[in-house]
Amino acid sequence: MDAFTVHTGTAAPLHRSNVDTDQIIPAEYLKRITRHGFEDALFASWRKDPDFVLNRPEYQGVSILVAGPDFGTGSSREHAVWALQDFGFRVVLCSRFADIFRGNSGKGGLLAAVIPQAAIEELWEIVEADPAILITVDLQERKVNAGEFTCNFEVDDYVRWRLLEGLDDIGITLEHSDVISEFEKRRPGFLPSLG
Amino acid sequence: MSRTLAEKVWSDHIIHEGEGLPDLLYIDLHLIHEVTSPQAFDGLRAAGRPLRRPDLTVATEDHNIPTFDVDKPIADPVSRIQVETLRENCKEFGVTLFPLGNVEQGIVHVVGPQMGLTQPGMTIVCGDSHTSTHGAFGALAFGIGTSEVEHVMATQALPLKPFKTMAINVEGALPEGVTAKDIILAVIAQIGTSGGQGYVLEYRGSAIKALSMEGRMTVCNMSIEAGARAGMIAPDSTTFDYIKGKPHAPYGKDWESAVSYWETLNTDPDAQFDREITIDASALRPFVTWGTNPGQGLPLDQVVPDPKAVSDPVERAAIENALAYMDLRPGQPLKEITVDTVFLGSCTNGRIEDLRAAAQVIKNRKVADGVRLLVVPGSTRVRIEAEAEGLDQVFLDAGAEWRGAGCSMCLAMNPDKLSPGERSASTSNRNFEGRQGPGGRTHLVSPEVAAATAVRGTLSAPTDLAEV
Repeated sequence: MDAFTVHTGTAAPLHRSNVDTDQIIPAEYLKRITRHGFEDALFASWRKDPDFVLNRPEYQGVSILVAGPDFGTGSSREHAVWALQDFGFRVVLCSRFADIFRGNSGKGGLLAAVIPQAAIEELWEIVEADPAILITVDLQERKVNAGEFTCNFEVDDYVRWRLLEGLDDIGITLEHSDVISEFEKRRPGFLPSLG
Repeated sequence: MSRTLAEKVWSDHIIHEGEGLPDLLYIDLHLIHEVTSPQAFDGLRAAGRPLRRPDLTVATEDHNIPTFDVDKPIADPVSRIQVETLRENCKEFGVTLFPLGNVEQGIVHVVGPQMGLTQPGMTIVCGDSHTSTHGAFGALAFGIGTSEVEHVMATQALPLKPFKTMAINVEGALPEGVTAKDIILAVIAQIGTSGGQGYVLEYRGSAIKALSMEGRMTVCNMSIEAGARAGMIAPDSTTFDYIKGKPHAPYGKDWESAVSYWETLNTDPDAQFDREITIDASALRPFVTWGTNPGQGLPLDQVVPDPKAVSDPVERAAIENALAYMDLRPGQPLKEITVDTVFLGSCTNGRIEDLRAAAQVIKNRKVADGVRLLVVPGSTRVRIEAEAEGLDQVFLDAGAEWRGAGCSMCLAMNPDKLSPGERSASTSNRNFEGRQGPGGRTHLVSPEVAAATAVRGTLSAPTDLAEV
């Protein structure tokens, strides 16, 4: 995974709460067996509307999504993270993320940063007044800056460390292979096995 | 120290813990399916890593398979490649697979329990958010993304931060015609789709104790719809009786050891939950969703809500969007809503008891003109059992379609879909926009309400039906 330290880019406001992962990527697109190439699938249904925010000329090339509360609810599909990344997003800002989506983001290198809903609404106004405004998201400092606007964001310490270092999660666990083997010797014999 | 059920199962699976680090938890069972596993297998291959415990991994085909012509090659070439990829991957990595046509094939969350693979006190994961279903047995079971699928394949472990705990006390006796589905829809409407975020829910109280294992699975299944990754119910004699004799259940001396462990798996009397809510089961009525998230539900005898009555602007906008999408108007009685399709099935309500309950309502009655009733058993075994009881004939006589096992119209990856603008009453778990097909509109209901709705053509409870 590539390391994430500071990202600067333009943002799109998504005035929706409870954006479930079926909206982020409809199930039809989950038939693919690849890890990339999901940019066409992102918000596929909403993008049929020419007025949808990501279709508007002023929001082309955005890399930060400013979303309403409860983003990423529903299905565990990590394809939702991949579709956002393939489209060009590096950061999603939201006041509340669904647990599985937030976990998947951390694994894939998409920063899911939590800021209060009042700050989301302020950012919506800033971005709508000036869609070209550059927003900086600093993971080291846990800060979002946009012109005069500044706000601290929350992110899990362990996820932050892994993103900053660009570490492979599986590699970290494999360092504990010995204790995993020890644990396996202690497992009760009545547990089911397909072996 | 006093502990909750979830804390006991958690601490029994800690492999490694450290200051400032997530706990490394051992995973007892990894369930996989065709949709969220191919990229994980690719990841293993790319890193040259083996799958650590094929004997603790089991695969089935469910999300992306047709429910008719199952003896023929899958018609959709993209779906066929995905299913064939699972078969090749399972062969290469030595994973047991129940493919289409196998008697054990079915929805992953129906297959685990019916094979006795789901047992109290286990940690169970799957690349599917409805893995919470298995919590009905007192297992800690939760959905994971594909990166975590690969992680479990490679290590049989996951680094996780401890969850908070929430008690959902459901006390009293359910009125006649009110089901496990109505309990969980009422819970979600009360705490909202984010109320459970960061928590493991423990369902407790006399109404939960009185449920069958099927009903308990329905309740735990939709924990994720309240935002909780996992839901649990303490195992008891109902649980043990269900497991006993299943193909992978312990037997002989192992059975005795297992039961004596399982009997310790309950929340200590003075243990503290981080949050508690209480629901009066005796006041519940059949429930239905009117909106586009599972928290937007009401008793069936109510009317469509008015966004103008809501002061919070975010909430008001959510209701307005939902009503526009669902083509409903404020004040409209829910029972006047007409449907085109009724879907009976899914990991929420596709088990034998669900089919029996619906069959009892629809027996000697007919599906309303212009309504399609699709009955999709949760597994091939459920289908066989239903046919042995003659339930297939009850549904066919009523004018329903009787299908093969799979996820089907719950998520509409296969040909079973709503057309744009079509409306369903569905026993599944999600009423999101387009969930059952682009432009489709979904009302979540119990199997009993689904059957009554199929007969009347409008959202209905069994008590609304004329005598036959």
